[in-house]
Amino acid sequence: MSSESEVIDQFVEQEYKWGFYTDVETDTLPPGLNEDVIRHISAKKEEPEWLLDWRLKAFRHWQTMEEPRWPHVQYEPIDYQGISYYSAPGAKDKDRPKSLDEVDPKLLETYDKLGVPLHERERLAGVAVDAVFDSVSVGTTHQEELAKHGVIFCSFSEAVRDHPELIKKYLGTVVPYTDNFFATLNSAVFSDGSFVYIPKGVRCPLELSTYFRINAAETGQFERTLIVADEGSHVSYLEGCTAPMRDENQLHAAVVELVALGDAEIKYSTVQNWYPGDEDGNGGIYNFVTKRGICKGDRSKICWTQVETGSAITWKYPSVILRGDDSVGEFYSVALANLAQQADTGTKMIHLGKNTCSTIISKGISAGKGQNSYRGLVQVGKNATDARNFTQCDSLLIGSRCGAHTFPYIEVKNPSAKVEHEATTSKIGEDQIFYCNARGIETQDAVNMIVNGFCKEVFSELPMEFAMEAQALMDVSLEGSVG
Amino acid sequence: MLEIKNLQAGVEGKAILKGIDLSINAGEVHAIMGPNGSGKSTLAQVLAGREGYEITDGSVRYNGEDLLDLGPEERVREGFFLAFQYPVEIPGVNTTYFLRAAVNALREHRGEAELSAVEFLKLMREKIQLLELDESLLKRSVNEGFSGGEKKRAEILQMALLDPKFAVLDETDSGLDIDALKVVAGGVNHLKRADNAQLVITHYQRLLDYIVPDHVHVLVDGRIVKSGPKELALELEERGYDWIIEEQSA
Repeated sequence: MSSESEVIDQFVEQEYKWGFYTDVETDTLPPGLNEDVIRHISAKKEEPEWLLDWRLKAFRHWQTMEEPRWPHVQYEPIDYQGISYYSAPGAKDKDRPKSLDEVDPKLLETYDKLGVPLHERERLAGVAVDAVFDSVSVGTTHQEELAKHGVIFCSFSEAVRDHPELIKKYLGTVVPYTDNFFATLNSAVFSDGSFVYIPKGVRCPLELSTYFRINAAETGQFERTLIVADEGSHVSYLEGCTAPMRDENQLHAAVVELVALGDAEIKYSTVQNWYPGDEDGNGGIYNFVTKRGICKGDRSKICWTQVETGSAITWKYPSVILRGDDSVGEFYSVALANLAQQADTGTKMIHLGKNTCSTIISKGISAGKGQNSYRGLVQVGKNATDARNFTQCDSLLIGSRCGAHTFPYIEVKNPSAKVEHEATTSKIGEDQIFYCNARGIETQDAVNMIVNGFCKEVFSELPMEFAMEAQALMDVSLEGSVG
Repeated sequence: MLEIKNLQAGVEGKAILKGIDLSINAGEVHAIMGPNGSGKSTLAQVLAGREGYEITDGSVRYNGEDLLDLGPEERVREGFFLAFQYPVEIPGVNTTYFLRAAVNALREHRGEAELSAVEFLKLMREKIQLLELDESLLKRSVNEGFSGGEKKRAEILQMALLDPKFAVLDETDSGLDIDALKVVAGGVNHLKRADNAQLVITHYQRLLDYIVPDHVHVLVDGRIVKSGPKELALELEERGYDWIIEEQSA
């Protein structure tokens, strides 16, 4: 019966609208990882010798490391030799497109479908976009306008080519290549990503945004983002992510490094909507990401905002090292674990400078069979006089098959520190739903309303254009979570 | 308007309502009184469509339709309203937003245009004065941190906004001081018209000084054991419920 299958199709589409696959010619390395693969990636990107050396050092170190087992997540061992470490759209012999006009129209169509039009004539108002498709950046918009202000916003590969001195100076300074299993793997095989430099005293005139898309099968995505805000500058940056629906799990191990010099401010927002897998836990992205920023200069500020609705497993702890005196670190997070999703996420606030201040607002939502863990570290060093932290960690449960867990760690070595931690766990009660019903509001709308109310403090931290999107995404991701 | 016939309902196999018969016409106010545990609140919840109650027998016709066949939100759209005995707190959900969602769900059902935020605010300002509620309440989360009296007045505010054809007030007087009681009763009376009806559930006669019923029913052990004019309420106030129970068992 066609009508029935139509209904089913519609339903599936509602569950994950971004699950389509784009059939483009690709240049993909066969699965496997060894030094030759790394040399190959580096050669493909025409990288300088020092960068290849750095990659190889990372790879050799990685071989001595073990995958972390402490996160509160469960998954089958990953076969690192079964993954392809490089996939790029476009045939092997063709050069990389010089401008958006040379980009495969199918790719542009893909981004249109995702709601990210790359053609500047259809541009998002006031947002410059870098689009990363599988392993490579396929186009960055608004570069000219940004250049007028001295802002550099380009793919990581271009930055290596055009601004090697900046890359050399900052790469690996926040997340060293020895940092952790996944970050080290990324350091060895990272393929592309975005680079941003905001010069002294410049307030970036546009929202900057990177849109990540995994398309190819059995590929890992290992992008690397580096943002440097020079003294007194200001930038707001947003990343979005989607992937096709596939039965196999795909690995996404990214690294993001932020550097804020004196009086600079970086606001980094993520709306992560990788394919979450199905309700039995088949397929979906393993999102094992290392994000860290350093408030290097005095009075600098870094703010992480994340809305994590996708991925089969999320393992990430966007952190701030508060080195400069009077620096400020903030972390606002909404993490949803629906279906069979598992999230182990939180932050680290490392207070080193005097009079530093950090705020952590974490909202975990568990539905279906989802397991949501908050893991956070607040560390106050010996010399960090008058450090302050406020942590609020709230969990919301929908239904009775899901779980919420909290792992707060606090290490204080300076007696003048003020550290506050508040935590709540609540369940959307039948009586709340019935109360809404008794006012004419449907059950799903009631759940959405309650969840959005729960997340409001975090959504309000997102750039305005994306706050609505985040809310809509949350509604879609919660569909079918009750009843 | 509402026709309850031999309604029997319970929870987890335990019978609570044991055969209720009640007929309410447009323009009427009925009061149900009874001792604790007699099934008053169960009746209210069953009429509103709360899950978890098993309806074992009987029927409820509402304007000719089978009320029990409708989901709780559908009942509201057909003009049914329950003022809760214990209004529920919904943290994080702004009261104005909540009320507007409720009003617009109703308007959509009736094929009317949604009210914009500005239009809605105007409507609400008008209704809020009726209940002598502080406007700052509307900026807070639904019922969160409201005093007992504020919660009950907010229920009647919702009733005023949804303008129901048939309203059940479940112990709306409990926890109210006399001034708040007068305000709430004033609000309810203001909403009374020839084309709607109200069912007032209460333990005490006090409320019925202000909301004067056309008929009073006494509910004991899941059955209406006595019905009469408003004077019956006064008699209950003086003599308690025991004499009725004795009369029954005699």
